Amino acid sequence: MTATSGVATGEAARAQTPQQPRRKSLHAGEGRRGLLLVTPTIILLAVVIGYPIVRGVVMSFQKDPGFNRATGTFEGGGFAGFQNYTRFLFNQCPTATGGTIKCPPGRIETLFWPSVWNTILFTVITVAIEVVLGLAFALVMNGSFRGRGLLRASVLVPWSIPTAVTAKLWFFIFAYAGIANAALHTNILWTAAEWPSRFAVIIADVWKTTPFMALLILAGLQIIPDEIYEAARVDGAGAWQRFTQITLPLVRPALMVAVLFRTLDVLRIYDLPQILTGGGGGTNGHATTTLSILVVDQIKQGFNRAAALSTMTFLLIFFVAFLFVKFLGANVIQTQQTQRGGKI
Amino acid sequence: MASTTAGTSTAGRSRTDAVPTYEKPRVTWQAVRKFIGIIAIVVFCLGPFYWMIVTSFRPVDYTFETTLWPTHFTLDNYAAAFSTKLGNHFGRALVNSFIIGVFTTIIAVICGIFCAYALARLQFRFKFLILGVILGASMFPGVALLTPLFQLFTNIGWMGTYQALIIPDISFALPLTVYTLTAFFAEMPWELEEAATVDGCTPGQAFRKIILPLAAPGLFTTAILAFIASWNEYLLASELSSDRTQPVTVAIAAFQGALPHQEPYTTVMAAGTIVTVPLVILVLLLQRRIVAGLTAGGVKG
Repeated sequence: MTATSGVATGEAARAQTPQQPRRKSLHAGEGRRGLLLVTPTIILLAVVIGYPIVRGVVMSFQKDPGFNRATGTFEGGGFAGFQNYTRFLFNQCPTATGGTIKCPPGRIETLFWPSVWNTILFTVITVAIEVVLGLAFALVMNGSFRGRGLLRASVLVPWSIPTAVTAKLWFFIFAYAGIANAALHTNILWTAAEWPSRFAVIIADVWKTTPFMALLILAGLQIIPDEIYEAARVDGAGAWQRFTQITLPLVRPALMVAVLFRTLDVLRIYDLPQILTGGGGGTNGHATTTLSILVVDQIKQGFNRAAALSTMTFLLIFFVAFLFVKFLGANVIQTQQTQRGGKI
Repeated sequence: MASTTAGTSTAGRSRTDAVPTYEKPRVTWQAVRKFIGIIAIVVFCLGPFYWMIVTSFRPVDYTFETTLWPTHFTLDNYAAAFSTKLGNHFGRALVNSFIIGVFTTIIAVICGIFCAYALARLQFRFKFLILGVILGASMFPGVALLTPLFQLFTNIGWMGTYQALIIPDISFALPLTVYTLTAFFAEMPWELEEAATVDGCTPGQAFRKIILPLAAPGLFTTAILAFIASWNEYLLASELSSDRTQPVTVAIAAFQGALPHQEPYTTVMAAGTIVTVPLVILVLLLQRRIVAGLTAGGVKG
């Protein structure tokens, strides 16, 4: 309420500006001052993000230095064309003679597609569970009741624990003699068997990030005016009808933004599977290897190929973000503007 | 509160004449359902956290006991966590995390203040493009920074230095502070700034003397969020740090036990508790603002 009146006053003040020459000093050169103030941030981001992106792309087209068995010499670098990409995408390993063969099993190249599918699997399942749980949490947390502070406080706990600690905690919970097997009366190898290890990662990730999802959805729920629900109740709409006809459509923008954030976040997942399962599990020992884990493994075998891998990871995330904004209408800036009452 | 009560009572009155006996059980059932929901959420969120704390007080021989309270309470694990006998340097790692976090936070908040002020307050060209770029930057995968930085830092001999850990952290801390501060600044009473300039302050003075003091709580919250993000970072630190500069997240993930291949569960739970409890207390004290900052900036988990 106070926020809205604040805007009104601010706008009123600005509208009066032309008549009051003294205030011009504040607005004169506003454009230039604005650009000047954002410059340090833009420069820093260019250095810490822009430079690595460009450098990564350049590196990805260079050969990694290595021993050439055909000539018996140690060769360094050189232009690689798309070789660093095709070896992962199509499993084409270069031979000594300059041709390509299908990469033999066990080579890191053969893990590319499995790790892409693992990453997508984690993303789809975790985000789906989080949407349902997060929505349920947000509905419970909405409104005023006693103990609301306690509830909000406990929801912030999983979020504030470092992921590395979360992974270690779930590693202990999922230990063979751990509480998960004890509570379920099972003897599951949670961090070694194929599907259990995947679900161990999913469960731990859901635990850590559902609160965040719930808070984002709650922010969307709180801007739905009570009067709409009152009107629907007067018109005889039941609880389920109110949920599907009012809550869901109105919370959709906030929900889409939350889903976008979480999707992009799981697509780059590293800490949790790396510490919880070491990217292992299953008969091939890579049931939980994600794209980020693969990149880090590849760094030790060659920077330039790793750069090609990380560029592909970046492009995948970029592509998914594009799909969301383009086809699912996840308008981050606009949604947040609405939640802040029309200001930035 | 007021509107809800009023709403229920009105709805109740209109129905009282028809079926008076249904009114009370319906409300109670709703309250029960809400109560069950609250309990479920609290158990979901705090259960595993409680398990970590309670395990940190169990002796090694009782690691896997399933009682809700340790049968043999001990503080040995906390001593073991700080012991350097097995090659663990948890104490040093805590200091490292602190150094990295503080420097990252200072740089990100100072740059963030200027940028957020401009975004929230001024009209200028490319404003929405810049907002988009900063939001995009916060979604950027850390692993795409890792390869070029790994090579760069190796070439210029920065591996194992603090700056090699602080600089990459700015890549996510800065977008976070800009976004959160923009949200906080948008809520400020800007008429006061106008008034100050009318009274003869320069825009710079008006910002320093009027706006900054008022924005202090928001700044503090933003700083805490940036510090937590940096404190929790693992991917970049695990590859770019040396034994001397490794932060707690890396140290905890690599904790050595007394015997090879034997996971020192209780010691790790103690270390995890030490790393987490101060954060949790801080977050609980500032919860209202942190929730506001989180939802405004869409900070990653």
